[in-house]
Parts: sequence; C-alpha cells; structure tokens
Amino acid sequence: MTSEPYLLLSAILFAIGVIGFMLRRNAIILFMSVELMLNATNLAFVTFSRQHGNLDGQVASFFVMVVAAAEVVVGLAIIVSIYRARRSASVDDANLLKF
Amino acid sequence: MTTLIPLVSGDQVAFWICAPIMVVLALGMVIARKPVHSAICIAGVMVGLAVLYAAQDAPFLFVVQIIVYTGAILMLFLFVVMLVGVDTRDSVVETLKGHRIASVVAAVALAAMVFLAIGSRVFDGIPAGLTEANAQFGGNIQGIAALLFTRYVFIFEATAALLITAALGAMVLAHGERLKAKKTQLQEATDRVERYATDGVHPGPLPSSGVFARYNAIHVPALLPDGTASELSVSPTLRARGVIMDVENLRRPSDESHAAIEQASAQAEGDAL
Repeated sequence: MTSEPYLLLSAILFAIGVIGFMLRRNAIILFMSVELMLNATNLAFVTFSRQHGNLDGQVASFFVMVVAAAEVVVGLAIIVSIYRARRSASVDDANLLKF
Repeated sequence: MTTLIPLVSGDQVAFWICAPIMVVLALGMVIARKPVHSAICIAGVMVGLAVLYAAQDAPFLFVVQIIVYTGAILMLFLFVVMLVGVDTRDSVVETLKGHRIASVVAAVALAAMVFLAIGSRVFDGIPAGLTEANAQFGGNIQGIAALLFTRYVFIFEATAALLITAALGAMVLAHGERLKAKKTQLQEATDRVERYATDGVHPGPLPSSGVFARYNAIHVPALLPDGTASELSVSPTLRARGVIMDVENLRRPSDESHAAIEQASAQAEGDAL
C-alpha cells in the first residue's frame, strides 16, 4: 500500500484538530484537539519511516509522544488551578492578561 | 504483507476500516458538547491510530500508543473532566464575530494545501518497507533502542529532564495554597454557638435519616412528633432529585397493623361477650 492514503488521513486529522482548537472554548477540549494534531503528525512520521525504510521516523514519533505526555501533565495542572480560582474551564473567562 | 484477497493486502483492509471511523470520531470530538463524550471519541481515534501503526510495521509504537495515549493520557483527561465538572457545557454564543466561519475556512484551506502537496506525487512507487531496517538489529524494538541509545542519546536524556520538570511543574501548579487559616476546634465551636445566638441555627448535628422496621436508607426521612417528615434529615441533593420516600408510605404499614390489631381485639371482645 502506498503512503499517500496515510498522509491524507494524517492531514484530515490535523485539520480537524485545528478546527477543534479554534472553535471550542472548553480548555480541556482544546487540549484534546492539540493531542489530535500531535497524533496526526505521529502518523505522518510513521508513514515516512516506512516510506524511507529506516527507523528514525518512529524514534521521532516516540519523542513526540514523550513531549505530548509532559505537555498534557502541565496543561491539565494549569486548567485545574484556573478552575480552582475561577470555577470555570472556559478559555473566555481567563482574560486578566488581556488589558 | 499477507494477501487476504488478490490485490488487497492486510494493511489496506485495516486502513479502510480504521480511517473512516477515525475521521468520524475526530469530528465527534469537535462537535460533542460534553467533554466526556469528546474524551471517549478521541480514545477511539487513538486506538485507530494504534492499529494503523501496527499495519505500518511499528509494533513498538502500537503498544506505546495504547499504553501511553489511551491508557495514561486519556485517563488523565478523564480525571480532569471529573474534577472540573462533567456537566460543563460550552456556551454557543459567538464572542468574536464571524469567528466560526473564519476558523472552518482556515482549517479547510490548510487541509486543501496539504492535500495539494501530498497529491502532487511526493513519493513515487511503493514504500521501501521496514523489513530490512528491522532485521538489522534483530527486531523493531531492538532497532529503535539502537537508535535511541546511539544517535539520539542526548535527546533521550533531555526528555528525562523534561519529564521530571513536567512532574514537578504539575505538582507545584496543582498544589492549592490555603487562602484562609485552618479553623481550630475551639473556633468552630465558638462559631457554632455564635450562629445559634444570632440566627438561631441549631448548634448540634443534623438529625439522621429515619430508621424504621422496613426502611433505613438515606432517602427515608425521619418523622417528627407531629407525624411530618423532617426536612433536615435527608440530603438536599436527594430532595432535588425527587427520590425521597413519601411520608404516607412510611405511615401506611403501622396504620395497617394498628387497624388489624384493633379489628382483632374488637373481634376477641365480641367473642367474649
């Protein structure tokens, strides 16, 4: 099977992640959208790895997973602390830095 | 690749089954109003991705995807959804004018651009495949390990530092500072008596729920001496749900047995006479 279908699927998932990130206002769902985008790039990495016949792409994908895990841990901690202060998980409510 | 049907290989079957499901679930993640539904949808997408990794000769990433993403990160998301409130729904009011249309147009434009790039024959011919690269060190996991501990060893060590920093950061961020000093028992007792003096609030504990011969669950109210139910003896949450047992229901058994006793004694007296 050629690589194009995998890359197209990866692009579709990335675009859906972009839509979710821009449309939704719940901080948790924004994070899920970011995760979806990271996963889409992982799929592209794995596809490239198979296309070129070496394992560097899979190693890159592994590093993306590690960074995503760290990012989620810190991000969710921030969401919880914001929720504790303002009783809301909506990104519209955290606007003190705006002015 | 094993051939199931002529000209259709196993990875093609996996792809054409998984890909539509994944796209639908990803859209569901964006559309779902409740965060829990979004989390379930994205869990499905991640399992689908794991299947695609397995179909693309990446058994190590297949397992890591299931364990790390579906197992750990998704559970973390679910924990936070439960902490922050399952019922929080997004408001549907647009705060920026034309924001929705603009974002959809931007995302579709991005997808179209990437599609064009991929469609212009980036890769000619069939993929090289990983059989050779995997066989070099005796397997996929061994091959990845050989790369991780030679060429990428410094990045690998940097990720260790990153993970430790992230864990510390999460601990610092999630640690709640106590805004008010904790009350001592003496202060609590003083406050309770003061509330009794000013507002007349009963200083003792609330009455417990009713304990009867047939029922003693928390949804059964205690009866006051005048036969009405005590409002304080059941949780307001249960009252809001409307699952509190009716007083009549509590009184009926004793009324019935009283009636039976009276009837029996009247009958006995009638027999004696």
